[in-house]
Amino acid sequence: MEKFTKVSGIVASIELSNVDTDMIIPKQFLKTIKRSGLGKGLFYEMRFDEKGSEIKDFILNKEPYNRSKILVSLENFGCGSSREHAPWALVDFGIKVVLAKSFADIFYNNCFKNGILPIKLSENNLLTVINHSKNPKNNLNVDLQSQIISGENIHINFEIDSYKKLCLLNGWDDIDLTLKNEKSILDFENTNLKKWLKPQHQL
Amino acid sequence: MKPQTIFDKIWSNHIVNENSSGESIIYIDRHLIHEVTSPQAFEGLRNNKRKVRQPEMTLAVPDHNVPTTQRNQGIKDSESKIQVETLIKNCKEFGIPYFPIDDLRQGIVHIIGPEQGFTLPGTTLVCGDSHTSTHGAFGSLAFGIGTSEVEHVLSTQTLILKPAKNFLIKFVGRLQKGITAKDVILDLIGKIGTAGGTGYVFEYVGELIDNFSIEERMTICNMSIEAGARAGLIGPDQKTFDYLENRPLSPKGKDWEDAVKYWTTLRSDKDARYDKVLEVDASKIEPQVTWGTSPEDVASINSKVPDPNLFKNAEKKKSVERALNYMGLTPGQNLNDIDIDTVFIGSCTNGRIEDLRKAAKILIGKKINPAVRAFVVPGSGLVKKQAEEEGLDKIFLASGFEWRDPGCSMCLAMNSDKLEPNERCASTSNRNFEGRQGRGGRTHLLSPEMAAAAAIKGKLFDVRKI
Ligand code: SF4
Repeated sequence: MEKFTKVSGIVASIELSNVDTDMIIPKQFLKTIKRSGLGKGLFYEMRFDEKGSEIKDFILNKEPYNRSKILVSLENFGCGSSREHAPWALVDFGIKVVLAKSFADIFYNNCFKNGILPIKLSENNLLTVINHSKNPKNNLNVDLQSQIISGENIHINFEIDSYKKLCLLNGWDDIDLTLKNEKSILDFENTNLKKWLKPQHQL
Repeated sequence: MKPQTIFDKIWSNHIVNENSSGESIIYIDRHLIHEVTSPQAFEGLRNNKRKVRQPEMTLAVPDHNVPTTQRNQGIKDSESKIQVETLIKNCKEFGIPYFPIDDLRQGIVHIIGPEQGFTLPGTTLVCGDSHTSTHGAFGSLAFGIGTSEVEHVLSTQTLILKPAKNFLIKFVGRLQKGITAKDVILDLIGKIGTAGGTGYVFEYVGELIDNFSIEERMTICNMSIEAGARAGLIGPDQKTFDYLENRPLSPKGKDWEDAVKYWTTLRSDKDARYDKVLEVDASKIEPQVTWGTSPEDVASINSKVPDPNLFKNAEKKKSVERALNYMGLTPGQNLNDIDIDTVFIGSCTNGRIEDLRKAAKILIGKKINPAVRAFVVPGSGLVKKQAEEEGLDKIFLASGFEWRDPGCSMCLAMNSDKLEPNERCASTSNRNFEGRQGRGGRTHLLSPEMAAAAAIKGKLFDVRKI
């Protein structure tokens, strides 16, 4: 995974609560067997009409927001389906940071596995960012190392779990890290796995 | 020892390693996979030359994307076909047990896990699907994961996790006649909201839960995710053991006795501590139906479409306006006056034999409204067979329902079963998000009994008055 250090870019705001993963990437895009190329499906039903033409006034279709690297939304972002296609679509579109008041658990975890930084902000800070984003000239800077969001008249410290931060900063692969503990896994299997736990398949 | 909840017990029994920031490597006992969220995980394994650590603790089935008619003609949609074929290929390559599409045991992952005895109390169980919470009905710590985590489990049989908080949901009082498990869970989601359970694992207790059948408990746990909870748990009891005994994959003989002995220790200790407690008076619950585009937008069938202006929170007001606009409803409209076009009975929430029996009971000797298209999609091949042995298919067909092959079908409309724009559906599934059942489609979530009533009347209707 690519290392995440700093992101600087345009912010697109989607001022809705409960933005669900069906909205972020509708099911017709789940038929792929690849991780890549999902950017075109991001917020598809909000971005394109039934004939497939761009809906002009949707934020991600507008200049310069079509080049946003940061997304800001309200409460419970990413609820619903566990589909990792949601972060894949965000990444493919170019989004690196999502700011929201709160996130649904599975989506939140999925972000870190794909080099996206999800940040929980207080309502006040969120409003500040949303207002700031209304001016298309305004860039926002997100620095993971110092945990600071900055921009024109903005200086926000944010919280993040130290372990997740370390993984993002170093671009570590979770599986590699876990496999370093292979001996413990084996020990666990030898001592803790009950005999009845292994299913006897008859295929 | 400190009194523990069932969550605490399962968690502590599965810790492989703990790191300094509170994350743990947790051992995973059961892994269900399907065609939609697994191909990229297998690709990852191949790219990194990794193996599947415990193939036999894994079980695969195609469900999300399969057709529910004319199966003998194969899968027509080329992308769906590739996904299913990719699953077959991956399972062969990595030695994972797999139920093919024409196998009687094929069905929705969350229905076949319990049905086969693959789901067991006290286990950790995961699947690349958010409704994995269903399996909590057996006292299994079960939750949905993303594809990267699917890959992580395949190659390490573990996940890196932080413990969830404990949320006790205690039901008091008796249900009124005609009220179902679906009404109970919809009512709960309405009360605590779709984010009310974020960061928690729910534990459901009370006489109501004790009296519920295993199928009803599964309906409750299934929709825990719709309240934001990572998982839902119900302590295993004699009913749980009776359900699982002699299932194909459940332990046998001496192993079974050892397992039951262990499982009986799993219920939460009397003085266990919870981070949050909610008491729900079950006697007040009425038949529920959703009116909006989030499962929390729910109300009694005998109430009205709400007025957005009555919501104090400005944001909620805006979202209600948006929802009503999408749903084509006006504030103040009676919910039981809303005409519907389609009825869908199925999904991992309500696609089990008991659900079909209950819906069929309402339909005996009746015809559905001729303007309505209605279909039943059994949750698995075995559910379908059982229903046919009981003659339920005949009841459905005689009333005007279609009788389909098992799969997720119109729960998420990945196959050809979908709503047209503005088409209105009474659905026993679990999500009424915008576009969930087809672009522009309008979904009203309700119980199988209420779905049957809606089919007969051609509109949302209180089943108790049928
Ligand atoms: S029936 Fe619906 S909710 Fe259940 S697994 Fe299938 S798509 Fe998901």
